[in-house]
Formats: sequence, structure tokens, C-alpha cells
Amino acid sequence: MSGLRVKRVEGLRVLSTREAPADARLVDDFTPSLIDVGAHHLCPGCGEPIAMRSVLEIIEELGVINRAIGIFGIGCYTGFSNNLDCEVLQALHGRAPSLATGVKRAKPDTVVFTIQGDGDMVNEGLQEVIHTAARGERVTCIMLNNGVFGETGGHITATTVLGQRTKNTLEGRDGREHGYPIRLSNMLADLEGVAFVGRCAVNSAGNVARTRKMIQRAFEAQLNDEGFSFVEILTMCPTGWFIETQEAPEYLTDKLAATHTLGVVKDIAAR
Amino acid sequence: MTSQLMEGSGAIAEAMIAAGCRFFAGYPMTPFTEVLEHMAKRLPVVGGACVNAESELEAIGMAWGAAATGTRAATGSTGQGLSLMQESIAEAAMAHLPLVILNMARAQGDYFQATRGGGHGDYRTPVLAPMDVAEATQLAQLAFHIADTWRNPVVFFGDYYLAHTYQSVDIQPIDFGPVPAKDWALDGSSSGSGRAKLVSPLGDTKQRDNVGYDLSDYYMRAAAKTTAMIEGLDRLVDIGHCDDADLVVVAFGTAGKYVRYAVDQLRAEGHRVGYVRPISLFPFPDAALRDAATGAKLVAVYENNQGQMIDDVRLSLEGAVPVRFIGGLSLDSSGFGIAPDFDVEVLRRRIDAVLTDLGGTP
Repeated sequence: MSGLRVKRVEGLRVLSTREAPADARLVDDFTPSLIDVGAHHLCPGCGEPIAMRSVLEIIEELGVINRAIGIFGIGCYTGFSNNLDCEVLQALHGRAPSLATGVKRAKPDTVVFTIQGDGDMVNEGLQEVIHTAARGERVTCIMLNNGVFGETGGHITATTVLGQRTKNTLEGRDGREHGYPIRLSNMLADLEGVAFVGRCAVNSAGNVARTRKMIQRAFEAQLNDEGFSFVEILTMCPTGWFIETQEAPEYLTDKLAATHTLGVVKDIAAR
Repeated sequence: MTSQLMEGSGAIAEAMIAAGCRFFAGYPMTPFTEVLEHMAKRLPVVGGACVNAESELEAIGMAWGAAATGTRAATGSTGQGLSLMQESIAEAAMAHLPLVILNMARAQGDYFQATRGGGHGDYRTPVLAPMDVAEATQLAQLAFHIADTWRNPVVFFGDYYLAHTYQSVDIQPIDFGPVPAKDWALDGSSSGSGRAKLVSPLGDTKQRDNVGYDLSDYYMRAAAKTTAMIEGLDRLVDIGHCDDADLVVVAFGTAGKYVRYAVDQLRAEGHRVGYVRPISLFPFPDAALRDAATGAKLVAVYENNQGQMIDDVRLSLEGAVPVRFIGGLSLDSSGFGIAPDFDVEVLRRRIDAVLTDLGGTP
């Protein structure tokens, strides 16, 4: 410590590092009760913790926490699977909707949701979610769509928008060369077994509020035995998009949301 | 209940239901199809669920989900379908899920697939291979007991003959003794309790337990559990006439029943020949085979393939007795892999030829 020089600024309150002042707000104060403290090591600016938090808050608000089971895919969000105070069944990459089907059929009183990324759901396991939706399974599937394989470091997925640069589309996604993005929500909405489909984002306070509403409606569809419900949440991935953290919310609106349009895609209760 | 004439597939399904199986998922493929048909008809009647999956990938995923709730669950298929399931079998083993998988093979060419598996990682699955419908109704129930005892997927290895042969059977629930309580099973009730459960092939330790998300630690514990399972499992085998035998013939499954009959006949005619029929293909009854072959001049292996179990026979004997292959691929033209050489006369000729080479006459 002898070599450390501390510059004192007039009027600045120096806080002790040994104990927090009585009025300090700790990480605990901002963490929903269903997420353990220090739960994740995701990158700064990542949208997945906001989405995860929103899902767990709604489960608690609906009063169904003591019968909730989450099925996790494989992606950055998998870091949450051993850090929640919610029962978790870890699936293989792409396979969560089948596991959810087995859980729900075996224990119909449970409230079952899946957490998958776009790579997990739309690339690896697309037929899983389509058939689960077509069967009208009473489960809620949630896709965290950031348009890249974030965990591998930013590679093209089936939802990557045209022009988006990834590590394996260095000049940007070209439809002729790399194919065109899949709009999964729109595909699912056409299926008769589906009660609710919504696409939302977590890049602004207003969008987070709308995301919470869609998640709530999706779970209500499951609880009301209406059918399959699906929420696609666009999340920021500044690391995988190779942009500055603070640019990510705007990039989401300008790029991702321009192809994956926000809004309720289907709600049978609205008819 | 009294004896009923039943097709093998239906008998296997009824035995699984007698064992408490309440969830089944599958995709049709001969000769697995009839098991699926029967489960689809019967499970809803007994308060269970059967889902017609869009592929074998989803079938095993659904069974995985159901098993995670503590429900006795099963799935299955045939060759190619089992190939598709390998990733999930490996991962379900790492997640310690008690799951029963029917490998309703056509002939015996899927021995390696059943006993080795094609999945990733350091996992093993116990394999049970019945010789006929009656034994199948017992082993199908034992499979669930083993799965629950060791929290591990178990493979039931049948074939086309078994699936489509009618036999009179009396299916009653068999009490194999207690199994560990499923305190790990998910039903949502631990959510929000501060101790929410986790079932994961990546480890069941939570970060807040202060052990960390330590995959290497979990893999070591999983490996120790697998070793304990292999050492703890009964190695099932059927042995006959081996005490003074010059020749011991090894065969499993349906072929094992035919070989046993042929050997019985040859023995009645005075030939010094015995048989060993492994029932648990993994773990393989190595010590029992070694004992049975002690003093024999030769061990002959009959399988309806180009030679797969023969590797396990050689590993068991550790070079103590020479081994000769007398099996072969099915020559059946129907494409269903029904071996025309599942014929006692053909088998007798093959065994006789070996006996002649050994210079043995009654």
C-alpha cells in the first residue's frame, strides 16, 4: 500500500471499503428473489439478464413459483441454469421443447417454460419448437433472439439479419450466399395449437415493460389451458455484434427489429 | 391374471406398464412400431401419457423430460432411430436420469450400438437382452428397477423375432426390492424455497452452494458413480452343460435360445458341448464365462452379425481359450433381418463342424 497515492478531492465523500454505509444499495437490492446474487458472468450490455429477470419476476407475480420448472437450452444464458431459485432442467442444445413436453405431460399441474437462444431454437432445434407449438403443448417457450451465436463469439444464426457482419459472414449476411433470416414468431403464429405469440425487446424501458406484458400473457395462456405460447425477446449482444456497448440498444432497433418486427403476432384471446 | 397369448411387442408394453411406466414417446419403425401402438392404446387407460413424437430425437427428449419429474419413462426405436438418440442417451446418463430405452433391433448387428453406444463422453448404459417373450416381460421390468437404482439410462435389447413372436405369458408386477427415493425429481415445488432443484448433465451443484460450477469435479463424481454401477450390477447369464465341455458355444438374445436348444440336443447325443447365454450384455458376464470355459478346448461364438459380441468374449477369456466365430449376417431376403439360420439344423451343422475339428465324437 505504501506505493499507492490517493488523490483527495475536496468535498468528495470517501467510502470505507470495509463495510457498506447504512444507506448503500447493494446488488442484492436489485436482484429478483428468484435469481441468486452473482448469478452470471455475461458481458456488459447483454440483454439476456434483463429478459431472464423479466421472466422470473412475472412467474413470481403470477403466484405460480412453487410449480414452475424452467428448461434451459445451451447458450450464454445457460449460466443462469445453476443460479436460479427456480427448478431447472438442463437440456441439450436445441432440445428444450421436447423436454418441456415430457415434463408437462408427466406433471400437468406444473408451469413449464423453456429458455433458448436463436441458435438453439431456430438453428439446432427448429423442428422441436414447431411441433411442440403444433401439438398445442401447454408450455411457454421463450426465445432470446440476438441474431448471433453469442457464446461462440458472434457467428451467423438463422435469424441474423441481412447485412449483419458476423465472424463467418465478414462482409455481412448476403441472402444469395447465406440465405435469409427466419422469422420464427410469424411461422409459429399460423399453427392452430398456438394461443399466443409476441415479439418484444429489452433495449429500452418501454420495451422492457411491453416484454413483461407479453411474458405475462404467455404464461396466462398456459395457465388458462389455451394452448402453446411463445415470446421472442430481442436482446442486445454488443460483443457478438462487434459494436460499442452503448450503441447496442440503437443497433437492435435499427437492424434486428427492422427485420424481426416488434409486437403481438397472435393472441387468440384478442379475437 | 392367468396366462395370455400375446405378441412380444404387446407383452413388452404390458410388462413396462406393470413396472409402473407411465410415460412413453416414440416414432414408428419396425419392429419397434407395435410397442408404440400398444403404449399409445394402453397408457392413457392407466393414467399415463404416450406422445407420438415427430422424430426419435424428440421421442427421447420427451422421455427425458418425463423421467426428470420422477415418472417411470421409456422410449425406443430400431437401429437408425437409436443412432439419432445417441446424443441424448449420453447426456441423459451424465444428467443421472433413469430412463428405459428399447433397442428393438432387426437382427443382431446393433450389438455395438447397444453395448458401447455412440454418444459422447464417459458414460455407460446397462443392457439387457432377453431370449424370448417370457423373459422379456421380466427384463423389461428389471430395466426400470436398474434405472431407478443407479439413476442411469438402461437399454433393453430386443429383436424382430421377439417383437413378433406370440407366446403365452402371465405378466405380473415383479418386486425387485426398494429403490432410492427420487428426492431429486422436479415438480416445481422447490422453486422459490431457496433450495430449488437442478437436474443437469453439467452438474447438480448450484453456485450458491459455494462449490462452484465445477464441471471437472462433477465429471469425476459422475465417473465414480458409473464405476460403482458397473461393479454393483448383477451380471446375468444362462449357462448349461459346461462342466466337462470341450466346446462352449456363446450366443445371446433369440439366437441364444436356438443355440441352447441345439446344444441340448447335441449333449443328449453324447457330445461334450455346453452353452453360455449372456443376458446382461453390459456389464458382460465375464467371470462366469471364464469359469464356464475353463477346461474347454474352444469357445465358439454365434451371433447374427459379422462378429461383435465376440470382442467381449475374447476380453472375458483374456486369451485363456481359443475363440472361433460361427455366426454371420442374416441372409434373409425380406429385408427385415430374420435370419434363416435361426434354424436348429443349421446351428447344429455349424456346431458339429467345430466339434469335428476338435476331434470330438460321442
